[in-house]
Amino acid sequence: MRSEPRLIEVRKNVLKQNDMVARSLRDRFHAAGVFVVSLVSSPGSGKTAFLEKTLTLLRPKYRVAALVGDLATENDALRLARSHAPVKQITTGTLCHLEAAMVQSSLEDWDLNQLDFLFIENVGNLVCPSSYDLGEDLRLVLISVTEGEDKPLKYPTIFNSADIAIVTKIDLAAAVEFSWETVYQNIQAVRPYMPVFQLSAKTGQGMEDYLGFLVARLMTLRRGAEV
Amino acid sequence: MHELSIAMSIVEMAEEEAEQRGVEIEVVHLKLGALAGVVKEALLSCYEMACENTVLRGSRLAIEEVPVVIFCANCRAQRGLGSLQLFCCPECGTPASEIVHGKELEVVALEIKECAPNPV
Repeated sequence: MRSEPRLIEVRKNVLKQNDMVARSLRDRFHAAGVFVVSLVSSPGSGKTAFLEKTLTLLRPKYRVAALVGDLATENDALRLARSHAPVKQITTGTLCHLEAAMVQSSLEDWDLNQLDFLFIENVGNLVCPSSYDLGEDLRLVLISVTEGEDKPLKYPTIFNSADIAIVTKIDLAAAVEFSWETVYQNIQAVRPYMPVFQLSAKTGQGMEDYLGFLVARLMTLRRGAEV
Repeated sequence: MHELSIAMSIVEMAEEEAEQRGVEIEVVHLKLGALAGVVKEALLSCYEMACENTVLRGSRLAIEEVPVVIFCANCRAQRGLGSLQLFCCPECGTPASEIVHGKELEVVALEIKECAPNPV
């Protein structure tokens, strides 16, 4: 005997597990008053150099730390350690993105109350990281002038999921005939109103504006916590 | 390529339901938003792999694609987005940052065989 198939309604978010861990991380970050920034970009756009500069410039005034995700090697953590900030590598093996649970377990022996800023560098990938909330306050997408101005149009999903965009390596802009106007328009087309900063981690040009933005956001977070 | 881990999560969810209800699942219905960051074709082939050696083996994944819908602050209305390369109201051209639909990655329903071998 065989009867008609029956439909059961379920309505379950597939990433529920990740979202739950991310939410509890976000609560912990806010309780500790730490502002968390995650970084996404394609491989080779200069995330690590940018982060090293960020940590180095913030460290005299703020307590900073970083988690850095890669498929393999500890190279990035070693590079970032030159900033003298606490740094931990997350090696994902074959996984192309970080998940909230990896962030959670990496933080086990860190006291969040001792931090002002935590940076989470995702695996270099403009596709997969877009789906995973890591509990961050701000998702920063990085694009270098050597990648071409149409990157945002090719990867609209990740750009649309980001909160600020950074155009890096502007010291090379003239050599590759990079157009700031075009990239700015393309970013605004896929993510209207997103703040965009242009800078060079190598020369330090433009770093001040962007760091000012981060510090203002930290202050807003802290003020919010006091209310 | 994170579709395999997504497929495994879907299978796990469905397995749990099947076990709890003591039923056999034929079809898993999924809503997939255009902004979910998941490729339909890749997910379908990963689903088959993820079902191997589970009670979901032989089941099918039915994907309903959900287009992006934005809220236009100027028109005060929801509008379908013409292109993922241009987040603007298709009627008045106002840039749109509020997304109403398109991020879905949701198991919405399960089709089961009524005649389970061990009815509960």
